[in-house]
Amino acid sequence: MTARQKAPALERRRQHKYIPATDAEREEMLRVIGVRSIDALFADIPAAVRLQRPLALPPALSDPEVLAQLTAMAARNTHADAAPTFLGAGAYDHYIPSVVWHLAGRGEFLTAYTPYQAEMMQGELQAGYEYQSMLCALTAMDVANASMYDGASATAEAAVMAKDLTKRGEVVVSTAVHPEYREVLRTYTAPLGITVVEAPQRAGRTDLSALRAAVSGRTAAVIIQHPNFFGSLEDGPAAAALAHGAGALLICAIADPLSLGLLTPPGEWGADIVAGEGQPLGNHLNFGGPYLGMLATRQDFVRRMPGRLVGATVDTDGRRGFVLTLQTREQHIRREKATSNICTNEALLALAAAVYMAALGRTGVRKVAELNLYKAAYAKERLSALPGFRLMFEGPTFHEFVIRTPRPPEELNRALRARGIIGGAPLGRWYPDLADGWLLCVTEQRTREQIERLVDVLEGLR
Amino acid sequence: MSARDLPVIFELSTPGRVGASYPDPDVPVQPLEALIPAAQLRANPPALPEVSELDVVRHYTRLSHRNFSIDEGFYPLGSCTMKYNPRIHEDVARLAGFSRLHPYTAEEDVQGALALMWELERMLAEVSGMDRVTFQPAAGAHGEFTGMLLIRAYFESQGEARTKVIVPDSAHGTNPATATMAGYEVITVPSDARGNMDVTKLREAMDGRVAALMLTNPNTLGLFEEHILEIEEIVHGAGGQLYMDGANFNAILGITRPGDQGFDVMHFNLHKTFTTPHGGGGPGAGAVGVKAHLAPFLPVPVIERTGDRFHLEYERPQSIGKIRAFYGNFGNLVRAYTYLRSMGADGLRQIAEVAVLNANYVLARLRDRFDLPYDRLCKHEFVLSGRRQKHEHGVSTKDMAKRMLDYGFHAPTIYFPLIVEEAIMIEPTETESKRTLDEFIEAMRAIDREAAEQPDLVREAPHATPVRRLDEVRAARQPDLRWRPA
Repeated sequence: MTARQKAPALERRRQHKYIPATDAEREEMLRVIGVRSIDALFADIPAAVRLQRPLALPPALSDPEVLAQLTAMAARNTHADAAPTFLGAGAYDHYIPSVVWHLAGRGEFLTAYTPYQAEMMQGELQAGYEYQSMLCALTAMDVANASMYDGASATAEAAVMAKDLTKRGEVVVSTAVHPEYREVLRTYTAPLGITVVEAPQRAGRTDLSALRAAVSGRTAAVIIQHPNFFGSLEDGPAAAALAHGAGALLICAIADPLSLGLLTPPGEWGADIVAGEGQPLGNHLNFGGPYLGMLATRQDFVRRMPGRLVGATVDTDGRRGFVLTLQTREQHIRREKATSNICTNEALLALAAAVYMAALGRTGVRKVAELNLYKAAYAKERLSALPGFRLMFEGPTFHEFVIRTPRPPEELNRALRARGIIGGAPLGRWYPDLADGWLLCVTEQRTREQIERLVDVLEGLR
Repeated sequence: MSARDLPVIFELSTPGRVGASYPDPDVPVQPLEALIPAAQLRANPPALPEVSELDVVRHYTRLSHRNFSIDEGFYPLGSCTMKYNPRIHEDVARLAGFSRLHPYTAEEDVQGALALMWELERMLAEVSGMDRVTFQPAAGAHGEFTGMLLIRAYFESQGEARTKVIVPDSAHGTNPATATMAGYEVITVPSDARGNMDVTKLREAMDGRVAALMLTNPNTLGLFEEHILEIEEIVHGAGGQLYMDGANFNAILGITRPGDQGFDVMHFNLHKTFTTPHGGGGPGAGAVGVKAHLAPFLPVPVIERTGDRFHLEYERPQSIGKIRAFYGNFGNLVRAYTYLRSMGADGLRQIAEVAVLNANYVLARLRDRFDLPYDRLCKHEFVLSGRRQKHEHGVSTKDMAKRMLDYGFHAPTIYFPLIVEEAIMIEPTETESKRTLDEFIEAMRAIDREAAEQPDLVREAPHATPVRRLDEVRAARQPDLRWRPA
């Protein structure tokens, strides 16, 4: 056979940088296996289902090409550094100290699997233990798990947990809870036959008399969000007393745990389960994910918790070490009787949250929370003083609030966008009766100058 | 303190130390009580550590040194597809246009993100033979849950009430747990002597009350279901739906498509097959692909394209709703997209070919030392049994797995699938070189010799790790789940 005839065979494929096997090695390995060709390794796949053509995919790109392609796609998005954003509503633009992702992004953490072999995974496990401990400190709860998918699914799993704990089949949820959390709650509870009863908000807070009427001996849990979707502070102790009075649990959803730098933690006012979103703790906005589901509860309920738990123990020499524990709750042991099907979770984001909480420390979380409070208060005051604009709801807020607007909020957002500002979230999409409501969030990332520019643009629209 | 002891970060705390820097307020400051009622104000700051920035850096760097990763070495963890995670993916995912993008930003300002999701959907549909794909699930099990809810909604739309889901006895634990969460009774069907699902038993179990069969193909023994066509006929013949657990999709990329095998719905583990890094337990991303008849039920929103414009479509009256907030683990979609664009059709097929080649090579060189319960050509992984070592030398699979750590490898998956006594499940993946595989093979063979000649050495392993074997019973009996001051 001539070299000329051989050439096409060599062009059969390109040596790819992620696949080290060379032609010579492939031949040698086939010899050891005792088959003639790679094709023969697939002989057990019926011919009728074999793909008889190459996949119709775009041609492979080299690294510089793919980087250029993705950079161009990213450039078509207006991100929070390109235009200051006043969006919150469950995803928050907080400053992330440089150390967070320099550490969480280390290959040793990034490219590890779930720590099944504890002896060689002490780093991940200890960080998980530290995360659990810090979350307990922040919420004043007894135990926290190592992570759930996001705030919405964590809230839904908390409801399922409450059903298991109380053997009751109904949950009462305030309409001041994030609308997407409520949608996810319905999705999770419907197949289990759990009824979801909505207790209406009034003046931007859970209507306690309506809540009292909705709660009964069938209620497994009452779910509130604090601060709620409108940014308002709820009366947690009153909601907890109502729930407990009926033998139900109180689930407190938290969309931004940094609020706990300032607010009385739910563990101190009677919450039984805290579920929420840990994205604000050092994780990027990421267009909605990956995010970090938080779940914390009382000691008594730990064996009904979903998700991974890290526990401290000792090795054969008596040294402290860490393992995944209480695994008999979990799917890989209990299968159809598990507390949840959750397996892969958001461990790396929990680790980032631990680094973030460690860097901020006890004074830092307070300071950031205060910055959020003051800046939002300033924006609230300036915006509500604009002619035609007023606060939709009275009462204390943290870093979000709702403004009633003289023109549709969508229209204001377009005008702001033309001036390089991303406005707030129009409420009409979720609350048709609040279509003139505009939910704004002001974090520590917004400067006074940006707030004043927002006010100036709106003023100029008259 | 020994060099092997490492404090918990709380133990490094010194009152007054700070590790982050923020500006003073540039807006008027008021007394806190003027803004928040005194009763709502936290009395004591949360008891978080007080450490300097360098303390933080050193602490977590030291922790990272106590972690085994793909970056450090071979990770033959069966069913987990621990392949190399390209670094360019990290650079791309952290571009501000992706990482700093708020999910509620107006549609006209997120066209690049929507285009990426739309194109990724088309690529995954082509690779799998499915018609539509949703990206909402955050992980494989979340994808299973979504898939089961889709099937449930489908039967409800047909006015049918089906109550049962069949899973093989070799299935991942998530399968039966998911079926329960979706409100189904779980029926387990055994495997046959060749490691396939027992078709006769399936036929007996199948009736008009069965909503779905959840099947992993290749299955968790690393074997392709040889009777897939018959299985398809049995399930569809009784009006059931066929669900594919895509955990093992790496084995068949470009070779055979689940959609062509008759599956109605499947989940992809983007963190396995499409190499988004597993992060020590997540984030994953569990896209779900469906045939057209299930598409009306997909979670909202789906991404549609009109001319050059992409939009998020929520008006889908038959949708199962939402299974998480926003749109999914977008950061991992960016990585998976980058991977698909880097590999192309030929690259994807090579992944499957070399993953299967590597697995069969390792199997060929270990089969004389370990029991092989199902003696067939394997796909991307295979399952050995440590029963001979256990019965002859009193050395368990767990002991051998722990000894593997001393050799600088991660252990294989052990004691799974449950149907194999003392199971050892090995998945090499396509990104490992023959040299690495040979080193691993030599280590396995050495451990087998040690089991016979120095059984205590193996029973007391690991010896070279930062901690020795840990007391799991104590951890469960006396749970210590958070740090408390001494």
